[in-house]
Amino acid sequence: MAKTILTVNGIRHELDLSPWVSLLDALRDRLLLTGTKKGCDHGQCGACTIICDDKRILSCLSLAVAKNGSEITTIEGLGDDDNLHPLQQAFIDHDAFQCGYCTPGQICSAVGMLKENRATTRDEVSELMSGNLCRCGANKGIIDAIMQVKDGGHYE
Amino acid sequence: MNNFEYLQAADADQAINLRDKDINAQYLAGGTNLVDLWKYNLTHPAALIDINHIGINNTITENPDGGVRLGAAVRNADTAYHPLVEERYPLLSKAILAGASAQIRNMASNGGNLLQRTRCYYFYDDQVPCNKRIPGSGCPAKTGYNRIHAILGTSDSCIAVFPSDMCIALSALNARVNVIGLDGERSIDFADFHRLPGDAPELDNNLKTGELITSIDLPENGFKDHYSYLKLRDRHSYAFALVSVATALKLDGKLITEARIALGGVAHKPWRVAEAEDFLINKEANRENFSAAAELIVQGAKGYGDNDFKIALAKKAIVRNCMMALDPSSQQPGAQPSA
Amino acid sequence: MDKDKIVGKPISRLEGKLKVTGAAKYAAEYEVENLLHAYVVNSPVTKGKIKSINIDKATALPGVITVLSHINRPKLAWFDLQYADMDAPPGTVFKPFYNDEILYNGQPIALVVAEDFETARYAATLVEFDFEEKPFETFLTDHTEQARPPKFGLATALKPPPPPPTGDFEQAYQDAAVKVESEYQHGTEHHNPMEMFATTTVYNGEGKLTIYDKTQGTINNQLFVANVFGLKYKNVRVLAPFVGGAFGSGLRPQYQLLLCAMAAIHLKRNVRLVLDRKQMFFFSHRPPTKQNLKFATDVNGRLTAMAHTALSETSSYEDYFESVASWSHKLYPAPNTLFEQKVVPLDVCTPLDMRAPGGSTALHAIECTMDELAYKLKIDPLELRLLNYSDTDPSAKKPYTSKALRACYLQAAERFGWKNRTPEPRSMTRGNKLVGYGMATGIWDALQFPSRVEAIINADGKLILNNAVTDIGTGTFTVMTQIAADELGLSIEDVDFRYGDSQKPFSMFQGGSAMTASTGVGIVVATKELKKKILKVARKMDNFPFAKSDDKDIIFEGGRIYLKADPEISISFKEIVAFNKGRNIKTTNMGKPHMLKLRNYSKATHSASFVEVEVDIELGNVTVTRAVTAVAAGKIINPKTAKSQIYGSMVWGISKALHEETIMDKKLGKYINTNLGEYHIPVHADIKDMDVIFAEEEDELINELGIKGVGEIGLVGMPAAISNAIFHATGKRINSLPIHFDELM
Repeated sequence: MAKTILTVNGIRHELDLSPWVSLLDALRDRLLLTGTKKGCDHGQCGACTIICDDKRILSCLSLAVAKNGSEITTIEGLGDDDNLHPLQQAFIDHDAFQCGYCTPGQICSAVGMLKENRATTRDEVSELMSGNLCRCGANKGIIDAIMQVKDGGHYE
Repeated sequence: MNNFEYLQAADADQAINLRDKDINAQYLAGGTNLVDLWKYNLTHPAALIDINHIGINNTITENPDGGVRLGAAVRNADTAYHPLVEERYPLLSKAILAGASAQIRNMASNGGNLLQRTRCYYFYDDQVPCNKRIPGSGCPAKTGYNRIHAILGTSDSCIAVFPSDMCIALSALNARVNVIGLDGERSIDFADFHRLPGDAPELDNNLKTGELITSIDLPENGFKDHYSYLKLRDRHSYAFALVSVATALKLDGKLITEARIALGGVAHKPWRVAEAEDFLINKEANRENFSAAAELIVQGAKGYGDNDFKIALAKKAIVRNCMMALDPSSQQPGAQPSA
Repeated sequence: MDKDKIVGKPISRLEGKLKVTGAAKYAAEYEVENLLHAYVVNSPVTKGKIKSINIDKATALPGVITVLSHINRPKLAWFDLQYADMDAPPGTVFKPFYNDEILYNGQPIALVVAEDFETARYAATLVEFDFEEKPFETFLTDHTEQARPPKFGLATALKPPPPPPTGDFEQAYQDAAVKVESEYQHGTEHHNPMEMFATTTVYNGEGKLTIYDKTQGTINNQLFVANVFGLKYKNVRVLAPFVGGAFGSGLRPQYQLLLCAMAAIHLKRNVRLVLDRKQMFFFSHRPPTKQNLKFATDVNGRLTAMAHTALSETSSYEDYFESVASWSHKLYPAPNTLFEQKVVPLDVCTPLDMRAPGGSTALHAIECTMDELAYKLKIDPLELRLLNYSDTDPSAKKPYTSKALRACYLQAAERFGWKNRTPEPRSMTRGNKLVGYGMATGIWDALQFPSRVEAIINADGKLILNNAVTDIGTGTFTVMTQIAADELGLSIEDVDFRYGDSQKPFSMFQGGSAMTASTGVGIVVATKELKKKILKVARKMDNFPFAKSDDKDIIFEGGRIYLKADPEISISFKEIVAFNKGRNIKTTNMGKPHMLKLRNYSKATHSASFVEVEVDIELGNVTVTRAVTAVAAGKIINPKTAKSQIYGSMVWGISKALHEETIMDKKLGKYINTNLGEYHIPVHADIKDMDVIFAEEEDELINELGIKGVGEIGLVGMPAAISNAIFHATGKRINSLPIHFDELM
């Protein structure tokens, strides 16, 4: 067991973790932050995307102990009912989800993508969001929502 | 899926010594391939030695010879978007950005990219034979479903392909790999880093046991004026290459003065053919000459049924990518073919 | 004072905030005390027997509680019937851990239960088996000689066998002026919803379970668990308030439910079981099929003969059947027809309905064959469809309750710009790309199941509705709220639709695009009765101002009742309930399809898909650059969520045509690309411009609401439209799906 300190959504957590616990399972099973989803557990779907030290990463392929000292933002930390993040609101407005299971990962990934500021066109946004699968086929709404927030420029 | 010890190395010496103490210990950098393999019950590390904090592998700097040194623990995305790389080695930048997904590129290390293992279906299934996993157990891919498999440099024991995009560009750029081990430091030509399967497909590369990649050196010439990376796959992004091509050209007017063409998705290592590149020297940069070079590159290619198409596809992809290299603004998101 | 109707408005999903903030909880996410974690061990063998199991290494691991298998499992039901869920095909139901038989590769053969997830997962790799292996057959086209007619049973009632022959097909085909004969092959597909199947079982004491499950049918699974373990129905509660996609895979209870409940009962503990992505390939799939079609026309392009035969895979133990060969005669009025469908039993898991089962398979073949005919006849493909347009259903010789397919064709063609198409293959280019336009027709069932709804007016004057139905991402919660709000003249804020719970009144599993009509009609019937009850109470009030007025003179609006003639006089639901001594006013009623009235009609939704593809002239690489689908599906309750359903199924069409396939290694008898890295579904970069049109379609016959359902119709026409566009671009007909781009080089 290793003492692991994770600051998640601004709250410092001291966890006693075995090295084989993924960051995803630490968030879901230990911290009960189930907004971060497990869609494949192998880095092939993007549902577990979180922001770790300012970058979007896959929590399923991260070992929690190796993230000791990291600052993490999950979907729960982006906004709440009364104060949605602009992307959260845009996802609702554009009906950018159906079952909702890939949604937290899509939104966290979009937050990271906009911060990276490497995409200009819709095709470039689509390419840089392609690490997040959506089986319901809400792709159009997702990219519409992201483009609206990106073009609105008010996503910080 | 066993549990393991997690050890953090403070410097390279400590990392090497920890590794030496336990034959079943492995280095951990980004973990994107290692954690995946562990979760599929394909690797069983007794300990993971975290090498992200050893201090010598996490920068991108200029070398005295005019080239650039890429730290092995620098993340793929940080490498692709680094000003030195974007401006001087755009081929490398494009190739990295064609690989995996943005999230994985934010995690995966440069050293780890060189060490990623094949995506062969049969290698990934711990319940079927595979010579790469269990030497001598057999190769179901040869007579099974082999759409994604190799057409060049295969052996009786293995037809797996090396899945990297970054390495195809590094190969074309004649990079060198700097490693450190118990015997000290050494530098390996990129062409000698990976190996063909032969009768030891369990070995992907020529690293000695316990050696640690510290950096990758790029020579001064980054072919920034005439380059292209093309990746063909079963969807437009987030899929491994069926065929990919890195082309780097130096032109004098219409004449080619230097040519590098590396193929991905077709062999157990990035595939380059000196004869083809030599052929292009002092030739005009046109379809006809690129087609002739393509024939030389895929010479000896052999299909296994489902992957027969790769021979024709590789040739066409080489020609297209060489034409794209003449006008690098033809590059598309996801290294798709030019419009 | 007639306020705007809420039905027909593009309301945003009511559970939207919960989903975008991560607050929506799925089956594996319920916080439960002292929870144990279970992990399944699957058979590496395709067919045979388990000779022995050694669990010593696994149980020696600290934290492992037990390892269950057929050897030490608790008592299970004996009879097949007790395992037969509402959607079980005829045959012998697969019973996990029942005995030592291995029927298919990946079959669950042991269950590890441990204190934590990591330990359970590791221990699962330590369970050792000795097998007796037997030869197997797993590849459809290698065993076509074993094809036989399927057995029919209860669950196949909705999927009738193909219609009987008409006229003299052989003679008509022989005599025909123009004919096309073609073969189509489709591979296996897996549903692969993003949420992996999971169950959390809460043990509430002897024989009592609360189960959070991933399912499309809470009551189906409740009855299943109770029957298998001999529990009282009322003691088993299955909850599924959020379901992370299912697409058919949740129509039947899957093995993780049975095993999780088994462990909970055996250990008298709370247990969670989550399948991994590889295990998601070890139950339920769309079966591979082989179709042969012969269509013929007269010189003018009128269809004279149609034959459609289909072979589809089923398992060795159940006869799964989906209607493939039944569709062409519902669309086209050829006088001479011959339809036949057989199954080939193989050593695989039983297939299961997957979004637009049968229809999406069949229409690919039918509409590509029509495209071939159009080329032979030198008639525009759209023109050929219009030429053979039928207002009635030729297969049943009945009129449709409504059919606005013609409007779909014309509106979609107009929006798409079909007139700009030059018919010759390879005649349109754009830079390095060949451009192709293709179109196809879609048709799908308009089903309705019985549905029982409880409607309550509470002391706050709000309407509460209870029904066991799920919302698998379809928008059910939102559209039911809209329907109910209009029925009682309330705003959506004053309606509380409660669902996803087996303790609520009856609903069938959510499938067949039937739920909006089914639950919707249930709501109409229940709220109608509720209005009567509200009035009945109101009439007893001393100060009730319109005691003598007729029911039809009274309006329900804004939580009050008014007299039509004098809107100044009104009384609120709150006051009425207060008068009722604060007791809720409630009713429970069953909505049912009008079987008698509809006996003389056929019912279907229709669509027309128009697609533009770009195909790289050298490399074959395909992009679906534009797609327009027009849908005629009766009344659209919520254009926003309905459009999403169509967009989603269009993406599925792209996937079916170009991407997804589960690869069977026939020597190993197993699927080999069992992960989302190699099982390709489209990524964002694959999806370009898409547009949806809902053609006006008033249907007063079909049900009280004029609803037909939109969950699947958007998929049906897309694969053929894409294939036809690829032919137009390249001149190549690729009749096996998915089309691999290298075939177009």
